[in-house]
Amino acid sequence: MADLQSRISALCEQAQIDNSGEFLLVTVDDAHWHEFARKLKEQLHFDYLTALVGVDWKDSLGVVYYLTNSDTHEIIHIKVATTNRDCPMLHSVSDIWAVANFQEREVFDFYGIIFINHPDMRRFFLRNDWVGHPLRKDYDDNPELNPVRLEDEVNEDDSCRWEEDPETGKVTKVDTKVFEDDEYVINVGPQHPSTHGVMRYRVSLDGEIVKKVDVVSGYIHRGIEKMCESLMYPQTLLYTERMDYMAAHINRHCLCMCIEKALGIEVPRRAELIRLMMDELMRISSHLLSYGCLTMDQGATTAFFYGFRERELIYDIFDRTCGARMSMSYATIGGVVADVHPDFIKDVRNACDVIEKNLKEYHQLFTGNVIARNRMIGVGLLSREQALDYAITGPSGRASGVNCDVRKTNPYSLYEEFDFEEVTRTEGDSMARYLVRMDEIVQSIKILRQACEKLEAIEGNEFCAKVPKMIKLPAGHWYQQVEASRGAFGVYLESDGDPKPFQKPYRMHFQSPCFNLIGIVDLTCRDNMIADLITITASIDFVIPDIDR
Amino acid sequence: MEVKAPKIKSMRHEDFKDNEYIDQLVAELNAGGVNVVVGKLDQLLNWSRSNSLWPFCFGTSCCAIEFMCLGAARYDMARFGAEVARNSPRQADYIMCQGTITYRMAPVLKRLYEQMAEPKYVIACGACTISGGPFKNSYCVVKGIDEIIPVDVYLPGCPPRPEAMFYALMQLQRKIKVTKFFGGANRKEKPMRYVPEEK
Repeated sequence: MADLQSRISALCEQAQIDNSGEFLLVTVDDAHWHEFARKLKEQLHFDYLTALVGVDWKDSLGVVYYLTNSDTHEIIHIKVATTNRDCPMLHSVSDIWAVANFQEREVFDFYGIIFINHPDMRRFFLRNDWVGHPLRKDYDDNPELNPVRLEDEVNEDDSCRWEEDPETGKVTKVDTKVFEDDEYVINVGPQHPSTHGVMRYRVSLDGEIVKKVDVVSGYIHRGIEKMCESLMYPQTLLYTERMDYMAAHINRHCLCMCIEKALGIEVPRRAELIRLMMDELMRISSHLLSYGCLTMDQGATTAFFYGFRERELIYDIFDRTCGARMSMSYATIGGVVADVHPDFIKDVRNACDVIEKNLKEYHQLFTGNVIARNRMIGVGLLSREQALDYAITGPSGRASGVNCDVRKTNPYSLYEEFDFEEVTRTEGDSMARYLVRMDEIVQSIKILRQACEKLEAIEGNEFCAKVPKMIKLPAGHWYQQVEASRGAFGVYLESDGDPKPFQKPYRMHFQSPCFNLIGIVDLTCRDNMIADLITITASIDFVIPDIDR
Repeated sequence: MEVKAPKIKSMRHEDFKDNEYIDQLVAELNAGGVNVVVGKLDQLLNWSRSNSLWPFCFGTSCCAIEFMCLGAARYDMARFGAEVARNSPRQADYIMCQGTITYRMAPVLKRLYEQMAEPKYVIACGACTISGGPFKNSYCVVKGIDEIIPVDVYLPGCPPRPEAMFYALMQLQRKIKVTKFFGGANRKEKPMRYVPEEK
């Protein structure tokens, strides 16, 4: 860490470095930030922008960037802030890390921070006629300002860019167009069976060839991050399950770990093991759903039923232990809510056996099918460099050859004890993404079998640590990452150390994997047929509420 | 002729909750008197309608996954004649609105509802569609879809189990079975909780 610290200070003299936290914290002013960011990427190989979190510190508005070195998996974070609240401006880094493009638009939407030199400074989640920026601490939530508008939204083709003159430093607004007047634009969604939710694409076509995809998001933006700021810590847990509902246990596990880290609670081994098993079950369930949807989008309706048949086995396990099929609310701060069902281990073993046996059937049915092969092999290519640039994690990233499994790179929970492989492929096409998922099911089964043995070996039935009734965190901020079923899911938690009994988080940000995935839709669909848009997005496999939060 | 309370196979009248509503509809029909020919025609029509309810695929979040389970092999919605999930509102009989409706989605839902052909029905599926559910305090979530469109059946749960979805489906079938179409419909424009202001 000391070595890294000296190398960073050599890059930028003005940077203030603080190494007291879990990750190295660098504070720079906006004037030096862009140059510093470029050097960080080129010289220190911080090529992966893990998270970009906008924060309102009352006296200043700013952004916290979490950067990862994709070789050594070191993480640092950088704070950049501006004190101008009326017209806050920061320099964009979307030319350095492509993933910042949408993330900066999100910050603009939430905080009104304008990013200089960003190519497309539009709102991302909220309607264009929305008044105010909701995550600011001084946001006026008067319902009269923003009523339920029932008139249709006007398609905005106008965008803008704030350009800085390199010599004088003067910033001017330049109007740009999303689509030119002579382009043929068709609309897909928000109500479309194959967008897997309420996602909307505006697709510019040349004949049947896709020229550009403009992603219009926010149809299921529920303002979770703002609501978390008015709830106590245990109450915020429920929202994690409703973002990516196909990774409900995993997301909740992540937030629990983040709060436990801040509190310094040690979770009993048995509880951690149960959580881990639930995570893996959830992952299998998610990949099976992804299989079902991918096959159905290509017209193989029968295969959809196969995927759902096995998911019911997993749902039964959840149902018996947690009392619900979906949105289980099982993990809690310090452990799990209740002990597992007496038949839990037996059920898990049975499910593992059945799924393992039936996976062969899936491959027979679908993987070798000539239609599936023609529609997926070589379609929707994503190279390793692009995957890193767009911070693609999870099965989609691993299909492009990026070693991004958080369970291996930054092991959490008990994953270090387990023997499993990180599935990677190098093709980077739709087929590779699909096959990575299928192989990950096998690995999850392997983990579950080992976990069953470990759980049997543990004596006693301690499932939750002693946790104070009123949870109060010291002032500070924490970041926790886990491997959710679609990629690295991160929680940024900031506390102001409020001494009042009902402490609420100052800022809670969820860095969802699907948000990054949506960034590559344009990239992978370009110059493909319009019909392949559906296969490609199905193979990327995102959950829309996870994007919109 | 006398109109009787609607029958659902293998379920008794007392097994259902909120029977007052159905009983009232039956009483209204009987009070006006029902012509035998027209009444029989109505019964035939209602029988066929209630057993081929085509849902409109309208899933915005978690509930949609449970709806997919409903269509899959274990729960098998086809037993109710409701498995033909349509992707176009023009071909569907009812919307089962699954998931939160946000301010941005509200005009879309309203428009899709208006595009459906009469007779059309709405099931508000899940806590979010009934009142906003866990997202009630959000700055951009509609506090119940009955602010936008009229609702026939409210189905609580977060998300509701597939069995609960069947119950909602059966309640809708019962409602359809006591509807009069010939000789003056008793099915008036449904009241709305919220009327948007004219611009």
